[in-house]
Amino acid sequence: MNPRPGFVLEVDKSTPPILFHHGEGFRLERLPAGRSRVIYAGEPLKALKDPDGAIRDALEHPVDKEPLRALLFPGMKLTIAFDDISLPLPQMRRPDIRQRVIEAVLDLAAEAGVDDVHLIAALALHRRMTESELRHAVGDRVYDAFAPDGLLYNFDAEDRDNLAFLGETEKGEEVEISKRAAESDLVVYVNINLVSMDGGHKSTATGLASYRSLRHHHNVHTMQHSNSFMDQEHSALHSANWRMGKVIRDAGVKVFQIETTVNNNVFGTEGPMSVLQKREWEWTARDRASFLAMSKGLKHMPSKAKRSVFNGWRAPMGMTGVHAGEIEAVHRLTTADVYRQQLVPVEGQTDILTMGLPYICPYNVNSVMNPILVMCLGLGYFFNMYKGRPLVREGGVLIMSHPTPWEFHPVHHPSYIDFFEQVLAETTDPVEIEKTFEQGFAEDEWYRHLYRTSYAYHGVHPFYMWYWGSHALKHLGATIIVGGDTRAVRRLGFKPASTLQDALEMASDVVGRDATITHFHNPPILMADVS
Amino acid sequence: MARSPLVTRSRGNGGRKPTAIASSWLKRQSFPLTAPTTPETVEPVERPGKVGADYDTDWARRTPARIARLALVEGVMRPAAAVLAQPDRRGGDRLADVDGPVIFTPNHHSHLDTPLMLTSIPEPWRHQLFVGAGADYFFTNRVTSALSALTIGAIPVERRKVTRRSADQAAELIDAGWSMLIFPEGGRSPDGWGQPFRGGAAYLSLRCGVPVVPVHLQGTGRILRKGAKLPTPSSTTVTFGDPLRPEDGEDSRRFAARIEDAVAALADETATNWYEARTRAHRRANPTLAGPEVARWRRAWAADATRAKRRRTGRWPL
Repeated sequence: MNPRPGFVLEVDKSTPPILFHHGEGFRLERLPAGRSRVIYAGEPLKALKDPDGAIRDALEHPVDKEPLRALLFPGMKLTIAFDDISLPLPQMRRPDIRQRVIEAVLDLAAEAGVDDVHLIAALALHRRMTESELRHAVGDRVYDAFAPDGLLYNFDAEDRDNLAFLGETEKGEEVEISKRAAESDLVVYVNINLVSMDGGHKSTATGLASYRSLRHHHNVHTMQHSNSFMDQEHSALHSANWRMGKVIRDAGVKVFQIETTVNNNVFGTEGPMSVLQKREWEWTARDRASFLAMSKGLKHMPSKAKRSVFNGWRAPMGMTGVHAGEIEAVHRLTTADVYRQQLVPVEGQTDILTMGLPYICPYNVNSVMNPILVMCLGLGYFFNMYKGRPLVREGGVLIMSHPTPWEFHPVHHPSYIDFFEQVLAETTDPVEIEKTFEQGFAEDEWYRHLYRTSYAYHGVHPFYMWYWGSHALKHLGATIIVGGDTRAVRRLGFKPASTLQDALEMASDVVGRDATITHFHNPPILMADVS
Repeated sequence: MARSPLVTRSRGNGGRKPTAIASSWLKRQSFPLTAPTTPETVEPVERPGKVGADYDTDWARRTPARIARLALVEGVMRPAAAVLAQPDRRGGDRLADVDGPVIFTPNHHSHLDTPLMLTSIPEPWRHQLFVGAGADYFFTNRVTSALSALTIGAIPVERRKVTRRSADQAAELIDAGWSMLIFPEGGRSPDGWGQPFRGGAAYLSLRCGVPVVPVHLQGTGRILRKGAKLPTPSSTTVTFGDPLRPEDGEDSRRFAARIEDAVAALADETATNWYEARTRAHRRANPTLAGPEVARWRRAWAADATRAKRRRTGRWPL
């Protein structure tokens, strides 16, 4: 049977309570009939039957580029860069797509007799990946062949001696990337395109870039002019990366781009988690029993144990497409594959947008979802999952469900703690924050040290998370968090509510009593095409 | 002092066991207590054999036997393998896209290889698996036959003469969804080096249309080599390779050679690393399993080199 596409459900009196993710837990909420609707993601597309064969075929028949085999020769400098731990979400079951692609690339390199190979986790200002995370991404075979000799490593955006300045765009944006990549005869970039923002020139221009480069597009102005940053035709972030990509290309850096897409099979079609990707009225007795056991069990578990359970989940997602060759041509095909899975047509905007935030976002894999990341996931990622117009009208209300604990991972997010305690205590205005505080955090020697030698996100990273939500902050009339830690929610500048009914009451003060409601039923990931 | 009746009886039989006495008595009897002899002018009646290649192992694949085997594999073999072999299992991810039965073809150095494989083969193949075992070694009498069939799920394979029965039985089981474990060398290594791969696994793959998974076992020869009485604990590596399918027009002999090359490449991968092994594989320069073609003592010397080195580095206080 063909997978069913995503759709919009009009809520009536017989609609069952709707699933809201709530961090490492769940809520079932009844939405008001007659004025509510729910947007459901499409069912998982069929995965490629022979992913390894498809990868080999893409390498032999690339788009607008010679076959990879023809670009490899003995004595060359080959650099393989790959996406970091932030993709895909959650981590996928072994073998990871990056492993499949990298093994196929290296097999051709071995055939051509290439000896000088470096593999770089393109993490920009994200935290370094641990050995087990790298092993999961590239596989034990690749790890054991290269890491012991220091040839497989995390990118270091603060290693001044190993960065190369390549020039400026026509808008004066500086481009500085990994020296090894810049001086290689060929860079092969291995991407997993989870959402339409990923991939393209962003892979190299962001993944292998330093703060000097990133600050030109990771800022409030760019984010507020990206409507949305998931929509390439209306994204200032996308345009900036494309301008930088041109500088990289003109500097003589040869990039062979390999992009892959995955389906929506996040929780599987069997087992207790599968209920989370079914539509509520289709839950069987077994699904209901699983859900009850899971949600009741989670309620009684300490938060560390709950995180451990969820972080241990590996999604059985399958590969739906692989394209290789020239960056822009490849990315057009990849974006079409992403849209094929995620795009759901939606008619008109809503007054109130509701969403249940899950346990994971790109920046807390194997970590803690702190309040800043809650804001980033809701107002940054989920709010921006639209094409055309935002799902919620200007001046509307966003209601998010998440426990929002006042809790931080001390190793991964040290600068977040200070950002939350010092910066947000003074102001939540992104423009003011950027002007007053960013440079101090970005150039702080202690944060630099932790980023380079420990597993900490860069000092400036929490600022970027806040900027990620700046378009939503400007657009919305109010933001309410249901079931969150009251103090933490207030520190974020949002309003806390105990229940969804309370939140809807509070929202009516802003948008009136008969306001329309739309629930964004995510995950699995979907993108609204709002007409 | 009075003697006990037991002591008196024991002395009267010369200290022999009751079973030996009974066996000896039976041999002295004649027909009809023993089997009749056939007149020379009459064709002898062919009676179906009960052991060897004719042993019927169907019972060992029924549910009670499978449950017993599961308990043995998980409750006895797994802890024993963990203690004796400390296995490092690699390459299981290479089977991610395989659906249905397969034929596993490891190299063979030790009696430990079978339990190690039975505990290393990933699900869903592990518990619907049969083992091709030498009829002349594992199925010589009813007791060893039953034990082999029950504990490792063995079926008898004729090694010394050409027969269709073993192949037919294996093919039937594969067609019914069972995976097979077979050691294509036909027996354990006599000197620590590999022996040429026979064509049985390749033939079955061609006949049944199922892939062959090459596997390399490293280190089991150090633990319990052929001829050794007691095991010596050591570390081992089990490396699964990419599934292989026969190419168009490839016969079982050439396919068997390709399987052997794949196991040799896995051996190289274990000894060095994946990229170096792939580089040599493309140049067809992976060291062979058979070892150097030099005098016997030099082969033994070369095979022993790794072991000697490991011994030295591990000894206190050095």
